[in-house]
Amino acid sequence: MKKTSLYERHLALGATMTEFGGWAMPVQYSGVIDEHRNTRTLAGLFDVCHMGEIEVRGPQALELLQWVMSRNLAKQQIGEMKLSAITNPKGGIIDDVTVYKKGDDHYMVVTNASTREGDLEWILKAKGEKGFSKADVTDLSEATGKIDIQGPIAQKILSEIVEGDLAALRFYHAIDTRVAGIPALVSRSGYTGEDGFEVYTTAARIGEIWDLLLSIGDSHGIKPAGLGARDTLRLEAGMMLFGHEMCQTVTPYEVVYGWVTDLEKDFIGREALKKQKEQGVRKKLIGFELIDRGIARHGYPVWAAGEKIGEVTSGTFSPTLGKAIGLAFVPVAFKEPGTALEIEIRNQRVKASVVPLPFYKRKK
Amino acid sequence: MAKPSPKDRKYTKEHEWTKSDGGNTVTMGITDHAQELLTDVVYVELPAVGRKVKQMQPIAVVESVKSVSDIFAPVSGEVMEVNQALEATPELINKDAFGEGWIAKIKMDDPSELDGLMTAEVYEEHIKANPH
Repeated sequence: MKKTSLYERHLALGATMTEFGGWAMPVQYSGVIDEHRNTRTLAGLFDVCHMGEIEVRGPQALELLQWVMSRNLAKQQIGEMKLSAITNPKGGIIDDVTVYKKGDDHYMVVTNASTREGDLEWILKAKGEKGFSKADVTDLSEATGKIDIQGPIAQKILSEIVEGDLAALRFYHAIDTRVAGIPALVSRSGYTGEDGFEVYTTAARIGEIWDLLLSIGDSHGIKPAGLGARDTLRLEAGMMLFGHEMCQTVTPYEVVYGWVTDLEKDFIGREALKKQKEQGVRKKLIGFELIDRGIARHGYPVWAAGEKIGEVTSGTFSPTLGKAIGLAFVPVAFKEPGTALEIEIRNQRVKASVVPLPFYKRKK
Repeated sequence: MAKPSPKDRKYTKEHEWTKSDGGNTVTMGITDHAQELLTDVVYVELPAVGRKVKQMQPIAVVESVKSVSDIFAPVSGEVMEVNQALEATPELINKDAFGEGWIAKIKMDDPSELDGLMTAEVYEEHIKANPH
């Protein structure tokens, strides 16, 4: 298993470790629910060094990204980040990524942990096929360290050690700055449904920022948070996870990524997606909550009107709402909020209802 | 770090413990190491009192925020009592896995089954060798 540069720190903090995407990662420190609540009310600090960073540079960088990404990046400004899907020729999702524009002809693509190598191969293959010789693609993942600080007081804590005005940094925008004197990229973004920031620097120095945020944030109530809380937080916020909601046979229109798909430009998968959009999707990702007791899990069958109609992609007990929630694929006829469903849990069907997404939205 | 496994009981590879209540009855639960792996327990499906169980067959289900796990009967026998407190406060398993978080009491069919279970020392070695 691969270890992030923060591995020894997790052990020292008493974390329970687990394997995720080939990495030894912390599941929890003080407890999933405690870390979850702390992130919703104060701040949580997450090790996300396992994610991938691929740099795309050169005069044809944008052309290559436009060919590979479902999102239209033509109008992206320096300092903006964009969520996008990478799709195969059938429109299936290879990964969901964020694209940072760091300068003219200079981009950074941030991938999921398990998809990083596949994404890199895919982008290089696309580059070769299209002959974009003036686009340089470099995997910076090993050399890059990344942590997320998330929660209502994230700005207050990070401001103490960041150069520049974080209050002026808008959502899904990034600045090249210094954190604790170390050159870093900071964006206002995250995967929890709270305000917060993603901080990138070198793998060698990310630990210094981690330590400082925990020590100066301590009196404010910051706590390290593991992958357990990361998963319950993202699910409450209705955010998808690659390998659960998304895979190579699921298209952006079947999940909630229609808005990151622009059929007006040409990209790999466009023809198939155009056809699907014209014909309409058959299945759709929905949110549900359980009415009966129990917890739905990935892979559990979904029933309605006496028939098996779909499958759960993610499910948990929501610490904020105090009930069991989940995401599932169902035929479009069953997608409207209020629709009665049943989830099969250990050979028993329990009552559930389709609800609007997200399950949780922070007060602004 | 998990609390040490008490020496007054026997353990399974699947992280259940049994403790003699005297006679042919044992109390069972899951270990502190197991509750750490599970993370916060939010729901426990308890067996019916009177149910007959076979050794290492599922006796209960524990759901955490992260995952769902079958809990296995460490010995064969009849379920005499279950820990009703877990229905309203499943987190007792996290707080006190070896005490208040007990799951069930079983009247053993064959007390010699206990001989096949691990001592605390052997169990501690087992989890060191298999941390996940």
